[in-house]
Amino acid sequence: MTTAAKQPAAQSRVEVEKWVRMYRHMLSIRLFEEQVNDLYTRALMPGLAHLYIGEEAVAVGICEALRPDDYITSTHRGHGHCLAKGASPDRMFAELLGKEAGYCRGKGGSMHIADPATGNLGANAIVAGSAGIATGAAFSAKRRGTGQVAVCFFGEGALGQGVVYEVMNLAQLWKLPVIYVCENNLYTEYTHFTETTAGGIQSRATAFGLPAETVDGQDVRAVHAAAANLVDRARRGQGPSFLLCNTYRYRGHHVGDISRDYYRTKKEEQQWAAERDPIKNLGDWLMDQNYADAALLARIRAELEAEMKLAVEFAIAAPYPKPEEVNQDVYA
Amino acid sequence: MPEAAAREITFAEAIREALAEEMRRDSRVCILGEDVAEAGTPFKVLSGLVEEFGTDRVLDTPISEAGFTGLAVGAAMTGMRPVVDIMFGDFITLTMDQMVNQAAKVHYMSGGKWKVPMVMRTTLGAARRSAAQHSQSLHAWFSHVPGLKVVLPSTPYDAKGLLKTAIRDENPVVFFEDKMMFKMKGPVPAAEYTIPLGVADVKREGRDITLVGTSSMVQVALGAAKMLEEIGVSAEVIDPRTTWPLDEKTLIESAKKTSRVIVVDEGYGRYGVTAEIAAVIAEGAFYNLDAPVKRMGAMHVPIPFSPPLEDETVPNEQSVFEMAKALCGRN
Repeated sequence: MTTAAKQPAAQSRVEVEKWVRMYRHMLSIRLFEEQVNDLYTRALMPGLAHLYIGEEAVAVGICEALRPDDYITSTHRGHGHCLAKGASPDRMFAELLGKEAGYCRGKGGSMHIADPATGNLGANAIVAGSAGIATGAAFSAKRRGTGQVAVCFFGEGALGQGVVYEVMNLAQLWKLPVIYVCENNLYTEYTHFTETTAGGIQSRATAFGLPAETVDGQDVRAVHAAAANLVDRARRGQGPSFLLCNTYRYRGHHVGDISRDYYRTKKEEQQWAAERDPIKNLGDWLMDQNYADAALLARIRAELEAEMKLAVEFAIAAPYPKPEEVNQDVYA
Repeated sequence: MPEAAAREITFAEAIREALAEEMRRDSRVCILGEDVAEAGTPFKVLSGLVEEFGTDRVLDTPISEAGFTGLAVGAAMTGMRPVVDIMFGDFITLTMDQMVNQAAKVHYMSGGKWKVPMVMRTTLGAARRSAAQHSQSLHAWFSHVPGLKVVLPSTPYDAKGLLKTAIRDENPVVFFEDKMMFKMKGPVPAAEYTIPLGVADVKREGRDITLVGTSSMVQVALGAAKMLEEIGVSAEVIDPRTTWPLDEKTLIESAKKTSRVIVVDEGYGRYGVTAEIAAVIAEGAFYNLDAPVKRMGAMHVPIPFSPPLEDETVPNEQSVFEMAKALCGRN
């Protein structure tokens, strides 16, 4: 699909397509989240949502290293993870609007998107709530001998929860194929992480003997390279690992968190967006390498905008679940 | 009820047989918990299992109740059938997020897509002189939560049949065993059988009063029923066997027949299992009742250490007998 101005060497064509695909996925998440914000401000979406804008390189860089049947667990800020693992925007929007066509028939909403078809064990509204689930999926994969791995996404806020350390200990004892991905977006809700986090972060994992790396979470190529390595070693039976991705939450804790002056400056926000935007930086690199030109990137954007528009229209038009569904699926 | 010719085994042996049979039948079943392998738990309930099934399927965990319970949730979602062992029921407090926010809700929140077929085995019951953090009966907590099932066996026969069903269930099931009952013997057939969840058992038929007993309180109720028989009162003893699903029909029918009911459960009375069952009976049999439904549970105090104090806290045969006598106007 590439139309690079300078034709890349044949052996790197797959590579080029991969980076262009990752550009597309990151932009897809960005545009999805902008639509979510729009649905909120137009009062079309019940409740709230926690936007992933600014952090796209983490989900995309990591999920690009996974097989379709690998597992992920996600967080309250989970749209990016779900999309990167293969969820489709129309059914995502439908879930966010509480519609029957949504991934969870409208019963989960923004914070609970789950999809067995893409290995998504579920987004989780308890901070660190899915640490056990991801570790258990890795336990199961190992026992069943499937070669699957599990990725546990969590924010730096989850570092305050004891269960994270309980399961890292178990994963290392039993050499489970799980990668703990800490997205440090600097803010634990409305509080800077330095006010909530003593000592180091990476060293918390190495204390259990887990190999740990820290990467620039705004650089999708760095994230992907680290993830590919850690996923590979997990798949080869070498056990769990920890990846710290330093990133930034462009928007508020949730869509309603508009006035943020009391916990961070506008200047800080502008600086990250101007200098360290993962999508802009990958686009610049693609053009710099002659892997893509401005026309290709513009076409990708136009295609995605059209897709999002249709997806939103689908979700708005979709019916709500019938009231009698309320007590279905409490028990299997 | 089991056939008369059945062999007799202990409650602990019944649990062990159920686990062994299900592990032979289904390679997805595994056991996770503290000191479950070579030690076979402090109560020796699991002795011998690791020798047959190996440490891949009987796994000693660190002292991390939240961690290994959460791990079991994820394992259950992805093709395993884990049975987690929480040594003392008091420690379920450490697993609450995993059970209440995760295990119980995964199926519903995912629109019915993911399932959590896991069992948590744990204990209840006072009277071991173990003080306030090793003596509680907290089964009401899980009974309160949609998405969980709660089982309270009171005999070796029920323990085996119910545990086998719990392991085959597609949902998270919490299975409470009375610590004082592990050595109790009872008839258990050697042949395969299961007992459905949500079906109460009439442990003793009677006409004048219904004693609803759960778990440790079933034997207490049966003992009280014998004492009542000596003064000419015919007591029926109903064991719901599961607090959820709850066999409301059997409870209400017995109440309608006898017109007097005492509910005895070792959990706290306040907002507890006895309150729920009494409400079910009051709503379902109101016009047939000759007296208010009475509740007997643990006193509303932390379980004390000192024996004469601890013995005050839970119902016994004498106190149930006295309450029943009064309710039947036999003072």
